[in-house]
Amino acid sequence: MTAAAPAIEQEERSVGLWGDAFRRMRSTPSAIIGGFIVAFFVLMAIFAPFIAPFDPTRGDLGASYLPPGPEHWFGTNIQGQDVFSRIVFGSRITLGIAVMSVTIGVTIGSIMGALAGFFRGWIDATIMRIVDIMLSIPGLLLAIAVVSWLGRGVVQIAIAIAIVNIPIFARILRGSLLALRDADYVIAAKSVGVSGPTLLLRHMLPNAIGPLIVQATLALATAVVDAAALGFLGLGPPDPRTPEWGTMLSDTYRYLTDAVHLAFFPGIAIVLAVLGFNLLGDGMREALDPKLRR
Amino acid sequence: MTAVTEPTRAAPPPGTSPDAPLLRTENLQVHFPLTEGILIERRVGEVRAVDGVSLEVRRGETLGLVGESGCGKSTFARSVIRLVDPTGGRIIFDGEDITDLRGDGLRRMRRRIQMIFQDPYASLNPRMTIGSMLTEPLRVHSLARGEQAARRARELLEIVGLPRNAINRYPHEFSGGQRQRAGIARALAVQPEFIAADEAVSALDVSIQAQIVNLLAELQSEFNLTYLFIAHDLSVVRHISDRIAVMYLGEVVELSPSRELYDRPLHPYTSALVSAVPIPDPKVERERKRMILRGDVPSPANPPSGCRFHTRCWLRRELGDPERCVAEAPPLRELLPGHHVSCHFAEEIMGGERRDQLITAAAARSHAVDVSEDEAVAPTDLRPHEDAGGFYGDDPPGSHDERHA
Repeated sequence: MTAAAPAIEQEERSVGLWGDAFRRMRSTPSAIIGGFIVAFFVLMAIFAPFIAPFDPTRGDLGASYLPPGPEHWFGTNIQGQDVFSRIVFGSRITLGIAVMSVTIGVTIGSIMGALAGFFRGWIDATIMRIVDIMLSIPGLLLAIAVVSWLGRGVVQIAIAIAIVNIPIFARILRGSLLALRDADYVIAAKSVGVSGPTLLLRHMLPNAIGPLIVQATLALATAVVDAAALGFLGLGPPDPRTPEWGTMLSDTYRYLTDAVHLAFFPGIAIVLAVLGFNLLGDGMREALDPKLRR
Repeated sequence: MTAVTEPTRAAPPPGTSPDAPLLRTENLQVHFPLTEGILIERRVGEVRAVDGVSLEVRRGETLGLVGESGCGKSTFARSVIRLVDPTGGRIIFDGEDITDLRGDGLRRMRRRIQMIFQDPYASLNPRMTIGSMLTEPLRVHSLARGEQAARRARELLEIVGLPRNAINRYPHEFSGGQRQRAGIARALAVQPEFIAADEAVSALDVSIQAQIVNLLAELQSEFNLTYLFIAHDLSVVRHISDRIAVMYLGEVVELSPSRELYDRPLHPYTSALVSAVPIPDPKVERERKRMILRGDVPSPANPPSGCRFHTRCWLRRELGDPERCVAEAPPLRELLPGHHVSCHFAEEIMGGERRDQLITAAAARSHAVDVSEDEAVAPTDLRPHEDAGGFYGDDPPGSHDERHA
């Protein structure tokens, strides 16, 4: 037996677990496909004014109901608005709602989950009973209730969807933290004298956050569906000219037999966006799964 | 491999009055409540993981602590360094009662008492570099920061035999043995006086075990450390310990200078354990009389009355099941100088023909049982989590001699 440690070159670059996970993601097909779809929609949202050939809100009643053609790629709707431009601009609304709602949900849910998982005792019991109550109400129903309470509007919709998501995030983080409390390296940190916020923020959260990130990505997909569902149910943004995908669907379903394209294109947009986030989330789950490590 | 350095045996000869031990526990108890109910928790009993342990660890010595899995040895260690709150008794460290220390006092105490963990894969934070792991204790105790702390971290790596430039590496880039070295470096960072090594080598393979045990012994003489060394492998414990305490079901059943424990175990449990250690000499090994304990360790939630070992005791069987074992708990008494045992009938196996007779009879009986009854538990089952064979057991006899040179 010789010395345990092999010689290593002097200046070495070390790859942390995040870098490692990112590398693994790049070799996961679903993550790549999902990533491309998501990037596509994000770029579309950012550069909407440059992509869209028409003003999405301005209608031309003389040109209503046109089928897809060289001028109006996806046709026009009953008000004569260009469907393609509306879908392009609609990505801003949909992604905006999704990102906003998940950000709010993750923030509040994590704080609740962290408090519950770290302090346990009565704090844990109180928070988790609230979470149980929230989870016992069907998500969409809860969102509808919140929107009808707060009023219609993009921010209100985002808040409603966020509230649906809060208990899920709280539970996930609490569960990871509970499992970590007895992890040897957490006990080791305690035994060298680390305590309180440092213990939580430096030793526990970084190791508990993986499942949360995966869930957040998947929640973006649900948020897209939920936003569309609210819009479809007539709880979308109050201005009827707002190009929201769900509202677009509900505006046109009566004319399905005459103008399939009016429902088809927003539907495809919703499906693609949801698929993109789901694939990305699945890819991340695979890349971050601790069971695949070591 | 370098020859094993025999650990410094600084302990006074057995029998002299203990010169102010570094760590002392008095009747230490750790009971975990068993609860039922979801909203309103009802106490339905308790697991007596540690039940009245009084031990002393002298400055500079290594106290070995052995016992089967679940006997409470890890809980004892964790309560001694205050990671688990004791439910009774006292812990005295360097003359100070640390049983109820909280907050700042506890943090100051943690500079002096450190721990090495069993599983090198679980005990290092996977998201922290080795460097930040080693500098963290320095920061917590305001010992060093910045470049000074980094310098100290590199120094620590060198001390435990890791490359100095490994400070930017993550734990997953190390092997098990290297990780254990990193864990030792973390324990050393704050220059503690006392280190509890909880199965520090059990998860490593045999050749690495020897390296780590030797490293621990070297560090002990270099930094004048005091160890509480926990293991279920008797060979490892014998190698590093000055004295050994044997635990069974939350109690210490025997405490003795380490060599004497092997040469003359006084508790029937210890002698069964010792008889299960393979001897790396085929001739002697063939003569070895193994005693086989039957049955499982009773539940610490409901320990047997009287002597806790009476349900599995071979000596009691040989003596015709005396009532005293069931009725009366034997105290830990000093039968020979420095050699404590808690057995009513320890004198029977203290020596001479009587001892040989009893052991031969018990061994013969347990072998007969071994053949005839399926439920008999083979000696290796005494140490369920251990790799087959002992510390030296897997090695050829030659290497054994070398280590004892």
